[in-house]
Amino acid sequence: MMKKKLNIHSDGHHRVLVCQGTGCTSSRSEEIRSVLEHEVSRAGLSNIKVDFTGCHGFCQQGPIVVVEPEDIFYAHVKVEDATEIVHSHLKDGKPVERLFYRDPVTGEAIPTYHEINFYKKQTRLILRNCGQINPEKIKDYIDTGGYEALKKVLSQMTPGEIISEIKKSGLRGRGGAGFPTGLKWEFCRNSPGEQKYIICNADEGDPGAFMDRSVMEGDPHTVIEGLIIAAYAIGASEGYIYLRAEYPLAIKRTRIAIKQAEEKQLLGKNILGSQFDFTVHVKEGAGAFVCGEETALMASIQGRRGMPRSRPPFPAQSGLWGKPTTINNVKTLASIPVIISKGADWYASIGTEKSKGTVVFALTGKIANAGLVEIPMGISLRELIFEIGGGILEGKRFKAVQTGGPSGGCLSASLLDSPIDYETLASAGSIMGSGGMVVTDEDTCMVDMARFFLTFTQAESCGKCIPCRWGTKQMLDILVDITEGRGRPGDVELLQELAESVKDNSLCGLGQTAPNPVLTSIRYFRDEYEEHIVEKRCSAMQCRALVSYYILPDKCQGCMICARKCPVQAVEGDKRMVHVIDQDKCINCGICFDVCPPKYSAVVKASGAKPSDIPEKPVPVVAKV
Amino acid sequence: MENPSVGQDTQALITNQESAVQKSLNEILHSYEGSQDELIPILQQVQQVFGYLPEPAMKKLAKFLKLPESTVFGVGTFYAQFKLVPTGKNIIKVCRGTACHVRGSAQILAEMGKHLGIKPGESTPDLEYSLETVACIGACALAPTMVVNNETHGQMTTKKAAEVLEQLKGKK
Repeated sequence: MMKKKLNIHSDGHHRVLVCQGTGCTSSRSEEIRSVLEHEVSRAGLSNIKVDFTGCHGFCQQGPIVVVEPEDIFYAHVKVEDATEIVHSHLKDGKPVERLFYRDPVTGEAIPTYHEINFYKKQTRLILRNCGQINPEKIKDYIDTGGYEALKKVLSQMTPGEIISEIKKSGLRGRGGAGFPTGLKWEFCRNSPGEQKYIICNADEGDPGAFMDRSVMEGDPHTVIEGLIIAAYAIGASEGYIYLRAEYPLAIKRTRIAIKQAEEKQLLGKNILGSQFDFTVHVKEGAGAFVCGEETALMASIQGRRGMPRSRPPFPAQSGLWGKPTTINNVKTLASIPVIISKGADWYASIGTEKSKGTVVFALTGKIANAGLVEIPMGISLRELIFEIGGGILEGKRFKAVQTGGPSGGCLSASLLDSPIDYETLASAGSIMGSGGMVVTDEDTCMVDMARFFLTFTQAESCGKCIPCRWGTKQMLDILVDITEGRGRPGDVELLQELAESVKDNSLCGLGQTAPNPVLTSIRYFRDEYEEHIVEKRCSAMQCRALVSYYILPDKCQGCMICARKCPVQAVEGDKRMVHVIDQDKCINCGICFDVCPPKYSAVVKASGAKPSDIPEKPVPVVAKV
Repeated sequence: MENPSVGQDTQALITNQESAVQKSLNEILHSYEGSQDELIPILQQVQQVFGYLPEPAMKKLAKFLKLPESTVFGVGTFYAQFKLVPTGKNIIKVCRGTACHVRGSAQILAEMGKHLGIKPGESTPDLEYSLETVACIGACALAPTMVVNNETHGQMTTKKAAEVLEQLKGKK
């Protein structure tokens, strides 16, 4: 997909595309665009059009500016660079080399978009237009073939034919659970009732994931087109897009897109003369992770506390206001127009036997190329992390990758060659989830990581059912004890027992999956738990209570900086005397470690054992730098 | 619903606001029909206008939507977005998402707390600053991040975060 040039704007004109996703906007990309526009007009370059796009997914390299048709990719552009791009590149034809992307492995400068490893190995279907078109112009979307799938279904296909096409494509829900989409639609279609609803779930609450935000910001029309097709297939005349309030830009662009679609009669009464009526409302979430769960989400739309209820009845039988309802994730809906246009067989040829098509991951953490990637199902974790992701930052060692966020699990290095698909991830104890993928290195403590996720799920537990409300609390208390040096033998077994009971007995997906990070970290990194419990040691040096700070006598210059900055006056020593930390006073805040001048690096962290030769009391400085 | 940690000055401020609340609330409610699914959007708008959910506004809203006050209060306390006490003029949110966590957001949060002299969830006594955490703002490739008055700052270090705060104080 990426390799094919878009056939729009093939009129010999240059396009300068400035990314205006959330990431790049935070680094002043709007200003960059206005300077580019100003300089282009001042230079009288009438064949050059400056425009903005949504997220390219490579936010870490932002602000990003792309020049077409040469396909030049500029990274980390500053406002001051805009003038040089206009004069050197657009006027004199000499691209600005110092702004090229540099490969983190080879250090080589890569001038063009499609030669960058991060993009080269991707298959972009869901993200096909993100970064390519202006998300606030419906014309841009239509020029790339947008709304053709809708025309096709309304003029040539019956709802039943659409459902069989989606079933044949093998598409499974991209929100986490992976339920077959065609089947979900069929259940709702076959439910008795005049009034039915379709909901787009854009309540991306998973910390460490931003795929849905990028799609809504970068290509809202593709989601709306998917939603209209889904509505037609199940027989819904009304729909909702439930978006997180934390995503203001996505909300703004979605509202613009809906208005434009209404003006073009793609939404509203008698769509494209087909007698089919459909209206869409935007509902803003108010900050509750549990609202990603279908029944909680519906309660929230109805103006209530977002608490899940037991199923059955399933939403397909009794959903919003008791009517049959289908809820699909953003990425599921964004896949629909492509499947309709290119056919189910084509789509099913991508991926593995049971997991078809592509999947979007938000690759983050200690990774060189952090960003959004879309890959065919079935490629290995190694390919994703080391080839597309460029490996671990600062040449450190890979430790684990967390998929599925707080509901998923961590996978160790032994699983790097496993294929990415629903079944493999599930059998490893994790889930596909909605697409968060956080990479960790040797400096990450897996017990602390489990504690971190459980702190989140425990706080987000709605409190309705006991196993989740109290089970996660008990598990968290044990994990806090372990990370603070109060772990007891038998804690691991107790955690496992509690985890199984929370998993089996919780009412909804939140509780049923909350123990996954704990169970997988025990499964793959049990030695780290033992180390914390038995030796009171954290080898990653992350658990503050288990880490002590020491000043090395052969490095300390007696400069007094750490002594002055210490909030509890735990550093003893005078000028030109080797400082000593009073371990009884020390609160392990690490300020001395941060402020010791890098040329001395005299403060060290230790866990479990004390470094040798640490004096008891200050002694005169011997070392000279 | 009154918060014991709110000082006397603030309490006076709240009383002064009561009549203003009535007036602004009438304007807000004017554009709604009174259907119960409008509760969350109305609360969102009330908070946008006042910075928090004043008690008289919630009571009036309950009447308008023909809901028990407890239901309105229940929704107001369920969602993380809603605040029941006034917040500072400047809101500093430190992202505590996973990607930010592994890249050291706990230190950023501690640094901000140290500079402002408050804990997450609190406001300075002069109501100039509030410190909050957010579960994830979805700018994970820029981790660690913080949001100051709706402006996102990425790739923070404790030093850069302190500079952002200094700049904000300078603007005051």
